[in-house]
Amino acid sequence: MNLTLEHVTGGYGSRTVVDDVSFTLHPGEVVCLLGANGCGKTTLFKLILCLLRPRFGYVRLGEENVADWSRSRLARSFGYVPQVHVPPFAFEVRDIVLMARAAHLAPFASPGREDRRIADEALDYLGILHLASAPYTEISGGERQLVLIARALTQQAQWLILDEPAANLDLGNQIKVFRAIGELARTGLGVLMTTHVPDHAFLHATRVVLMSEGRILAMDTPANALTEPMLFKAYGVPVSVVEVNAQPGIKPGIKMVVLNQL
Amino acid sequence: MSALRGAGIKTALQPAAGDTFMAIAHNPEKTLESRKPHGQQSGKTLAVLALLLVVVALGSAAIGSYPISLHDWWSLLRAPSAGGTVEIVLLQIRLPRLIACILVGSGLALAGSSYQGLFNNPMVSPDILGASAGAGLGAAVGILLGLDFVAIQALSFAGGLVAVLLAWALASGLCRRGDPVLMLVLVGILIGSMFTALISLTKYIADPMNKLPSITFWLLGSFASITSRDVGMASVPIAAGCIPLLLLRWRLNVLCMGEQEARMLGMNTRAMRFTVIVCATLITAASVSICGMVGWIGLVVPHLARMVVGPNHKYLLPAAAIMGGCFLLLVDDVARTAGTLEIPVGILTALIGAPFFLFLLMRERRQKS
Repeated sequence: MNLTLEHVTGGYGSRTVVDDVSFTLHPGEVVCLLGANGCGKTTLFKLILCLLRPRFGYVRLGEENVADWSRSRLARSFGYVPQVHVPPFAFEVRDIVLMARAAHLAPFASPGREDRRIADEALDYLGILHLASAPYTEISGGERQLVLIARALTQQAQWLILDEPAANLDLGNQIKVFRAIGELARTGLGVLMTTHVPDHAFLHATRVVLMSEGRILAMDTPANALTEPMLFKAYGVPVSVVEVNAQPGIKPGIKMVVLNQL
Repeated sequence: MSALRGAGIKTALQPAAGDTFMAIAHNPEKTLESRKPHGQQSGKTLAVLALLLVVVALGSAAIGSYPISLHDWWSLLRAPSAGGTVEIVLLQIRLPRLIACILVGSGLALAGSSYQGLFNNPMVSPDILGASAGAGLGAAVGILLGLDFVAIQALSFAGGLVAVLLAWALASGLCRRGDPVLMLVLVGILIGSMFTALISLTKYIADPMNKLPSITFWLLGSFASITSRDVGMASVPIAAGCIPLLLLRWRLNVLCMGEQEARMLGMNTRAMRFTVIVCATLITAASVSICGMVGWIGLVVPHLARMVVGPNHKYLLPAAAIMGGCFLLLVDDVARTAGTLEIPVGILTALIGAPFFLFLLMRERRQKS
């Protein structure tokens, strides 16, 4: 089912933060949402996830407007991966992942065998089943990020919405996380994520939504959307896009953003 | 629809995951076995704690200013109509007192654990929204007006409910956006200190010869004058508060991740918050209405329980309830037997609770470094 935004406009109080945003995402895509701080990325997420009501416009999944859906139905459709933070209590990793089953369980129920099996499957898929009994507060930031992705998988939603999945991760963990996200998209999940690093989009995204001041600046493949003029418009600093590791005639190189010398 | 989605993720997970995944998918026992011990262990711990409560309750029944041996107990239970001093002491004074201790101790510990989960903060106690202060004011006003004992209790219970409802209404009105939990705590503390000031005012205008001492003594907290009718009256709201909390306890885990994340995990956080607050308030107001302000249990016992069974509320809430009962029974034993004159139990819980809490904090710091 496609995720469609139609003229979505919203903000806080009288301030408009997201202004007339429309696009359609398809399952299997990895879409990166880019833009400067305060351009409305987080607010757009809140509008999609119904944490904020749009002033105008709709968010549709298939043919249905999600505005009237219950929280549990939303959670069965959108698996949200927040930025890593540490709760004040030292829950076991498996208990954190099992929280995803809240949307599937009756109010007075607690997770049973089948729920634990689904959670363990997700942990195993991300290669962190060995952490299942470890305290969530004592594992590394990269491992926590993987745990939160495992939790979103345990939600069994068709859409994965990730808020800066690479923030605070070292190089190795960044690659691990993006590889897992790419694999999941190939199996049919739709992925929408924010990032501050255009290189991530070049490497891992099938499409890019570039935002500036609440509006869409460009929406295309990474190579077409993230051009030097567009990046200047979005971030206000002059940068060059270079291609590395190209083998002419055999395979294209990897694009990277480098800062122009001042 | 959801079954379809379930199948979707399974097939989605299969192609890339390789042999390990397939093995687990086709042999669910493999993963279950590796986790079974933990659940079983927590179950066993709860059973041991329950046994401990029985032992403490029996011990508490035996000791006191009028010691009753367990043998006397036994003969009394076999022939209840025997009559005499033992029966009067046991059935009309000591038994209601024991039950009240267990009810109040368990209830406050349960309410405290739930609040610490709800407010996502281990430093919260069940009176954070002003329930105790409201109930205290209700009782003080009742004593000031010279009402009879039942009316004082009813007024106290109502005072607790009013304080928390006021905090909830104000916080909902003020908080159109932003963090509703933070707003609730701030307004709660505000209401609490306002009601505490009003308690001081009632004390100030109370007749210093008879009413002031009885207000002061009542506020210190004591089980000395508990009757079986008090226990009967308080048990209804305490049970009404405890049962929903116990039923919903697993969902408290999800609330610990914070408001926004809990909603994204499919929780109706507003309804959940409302339910937990109503339940905890019923427990706290009912407790204060029969035994005055007994502090520290709702703050300290949840920490103690977390040390024993971990933070998962599925096990934490029953463990806290049992341990709260034990704790208050023991403290009340000290109150009854330590001196020739009874020590108000509220003084003892603070005297024992505060250093104990300090010990917990120091222990936690040592473990971290």
